[in-house]
Amino acid sequence: MAAVGTFSRVVRLSSCFGRRCRLISNSAQRRGIASCIDPAHGLSDEQKEFQKMAFDFAANEMSPHMAEWDEKEIFPVETMRKAAQLGFGGIYVQPEVGGSGLSRLDTSVIFEALSTGCVSTTAYLSIHNMCNWMIDTFGNTEQREKYCPELCMMDKFASYCLTEPGSGSDAASLLTTAKLEGDHYVLNGSKAFISGGGDTDVYIVMCRTGGKGPKGISCVVVEKDTPGLSFGKKEKKMGWNSQPTRAVILEDCRVPVTSRLGQEGQGFNIAMRGLNGGRINIASCSLGAAHACVQLARDHLLVRKQFGETLSSNQFLQFKLAEMATKLVASRLLVREAALALQEGRSDAVSLCSMAKLFVTDECFNICNQALQMHGGYGYLKDYAVQQFVRDIRVHQILEGTNEVMRMIIARSLLSESG
Amino acid sequence: MSRVLVGVKRVIDYAVKIRVKPDHSGVVTDGVKHSMNPFCEIAVEEAVKLKEKKLIKEVVAVSCGPTQVTETIRTALAMGCDRGIHVEVSGKDYEAMGPLQISKIFAALAKKEEASLIILGKQAIDDDCNQTGQMTAALLDWPQGTFASEVTIDGEKVKVVREIDGGLETIKISMPAVLTADLRLNTPRYATLPNIMKAKKKKIANMKPADLGVDMVSRVEVLRVDEPPTRLAGVKVETVDDLVAKLRANGTI
Repeated sequence: MAAVGTFSRVVRLSSCFGRRCRLISNSAQRRGIASCIDPAHGLSDEQKEFQKMAFDFAANEMSPHMAEWDEKEIFPVETMRKAAQLGFGGIYVQPEVGGSGLSRLDTSVIFEALSTGCVSTTAYLSIHNMCNWMIDTFGNTEQREKYCPELCMMDKFASYCLTEPGSGSDAASLLTTAKLEGDHYVLNGSKAFISGGGDTDVYIVMCRTGGKGPKGISCVVVEKDTPGLSFGKKEKKMGWNSQPTRAVILEDCRVPVTSRLGQEGQGFNIAMRGLNGGRINIASCSLGAAHACVQLARDHLLVRKQFGETLSSNQFLQFKLAEMATKLVASRLLVREAALALQEGRSDAVSLCSMAKLFVTDECFNICNQALQMHGGYGYLKDYAVQQFVRDIRVHQILEGTNEVMRMIIARSLLSESG
Repeated sequence: MSRVLVGVKRVIDYAVKIRVKPDHSGVVTDGVKHSMNPFCEIAVEEAVKLKEKKLIKEVVAVSCGPTQVTETIRTALAMGCDRGIHVEVSGKDYEAMGPLQISKIFAALAKKEEASLIILGKQAIDDDCNQTGQMTAALLDWPQGTFASEVTIDGEKVKVVREIDGGLETIKISMPAVLTADLRLNTPRYATLPNIMKAKKKKIANMKPADLGVDMVSRVEVLRVDEPPTRLAGVKVETVDDLVAKLRANGTI
């Protein structure tokens, strides 16, 4: 492979000002420069402020470390706590328990911007936010006051435990039981693929208190160090390496009945309501990655020369870039519309969230993959950020409901409509 | 307890690749990303820190330009300034606007607002003038602490550590004074989400230069703007004598 030096990394040591010396190298996030894909279009002034701040945070606090966090599998607790101090620990949680009280659209804009700095860390932040919201929305006053303030500051971290070794897409068939014994539930079972598992403090566990199917499921908050709660080995993953993933094992784990969120039998509904927002957030993370990759690809095409001219003179690549930009903007519009529908409580919200998750995670993966291809051999090297974006967002097509399950939800909505 | 005016300038974002307009009259600004001048961010941060230490009472963010500069004022409000002043300047006046006009505006505002301190960035990254602070101090006949890398308020005096060519110089000046912020004065904070929301409710007053009795006529005319010459390839020589001969030949020595 030709010396990396010939292909100059676009190093621009802009005069040393601003927060710190910012080396704008190929691995760093770009600051929304190409105007047709500018994510600020259509936003209110206030949303533009949130976005700008999130982009700055991503560029300064996350982007310089994203490769190291991936390689060394570091869970960046301090960086996330810094994010929490800015209000990112409970973005759509109510202010009276320490949240920022923002809308779903504001949240989408923020996660999209943060994701340009590190997809994996932002995705964990979104899961944490989802759990925080579930307690805020379905918890009683004691539970909200006990957990939400600490989750908002990220003094404590949360995990969402639904999937089991035997129940992924068929989530309602979960087997973890919660038997009532006096004023305690005794939990038995295991959860798989839990993000943050083993390193987090608060586990939202969906378990069976009643009969078969969704109506027999309840939602219980289990705290770390509860006897009977243990974890499997840390999984080795293709991406999302800045967050640990482990099985969560419950063996005669006793939790007080007061830890149950909402009513018995309401658990599945709570889990799904959490996921609607979670799907928008995951899609937003994919958007951020795709946005960063389009900029990286664009910059590469302007610099790399073959056959006597820059790649940007090649019509195929111009067209490919145009397609990528178009799909990016289309994806962004769909996610933002889904966010609006959810925050307004529209009747099409659930379907739209599923459509957004399906379309956006697929399209954005293709965009990132295409950007990698445009980098040629360099795209395959870990020196270049594009491969990490590809590896990190691949899982977005799988978790929080596979894209196949998204199709099930949409089809059901279409085929069950009367008239 | 006193009031501080902070100047914030809306400039082309530092990360943008600058392009010269085809008619060479200036650089392309339409559709280009703009943000607050980095040295102005540092100035805002210093003012807000002084307020948090309860050494000053109120921080007022000021910007001159068309409607878009209100975004920059809002960012300053989100960082902790109490209110803003937007001095409306647009069209030809805005294109011709330079340090002299700005310093006249600031001098007038300082008197109107009874400010004890004006904190500005040392220079703007678009024109690199490094004049506004100095001119403002001269117009007001106030002392100036420029290129500040450390500011301490001590009663009615300000101790300023300045970054100068020879190293660091410490001076003590009386208030009211003008300070200009250098790179290492502080690290600007991120606005928090709650502060961004609170900033929405803060007031931005509107006025025109004429209201302050300032004439915006420029004494400077920009004739032409060009990109820097493209870097040429170097030439390798074998011996020192060759080098000296080449340097003599092209007139360098």
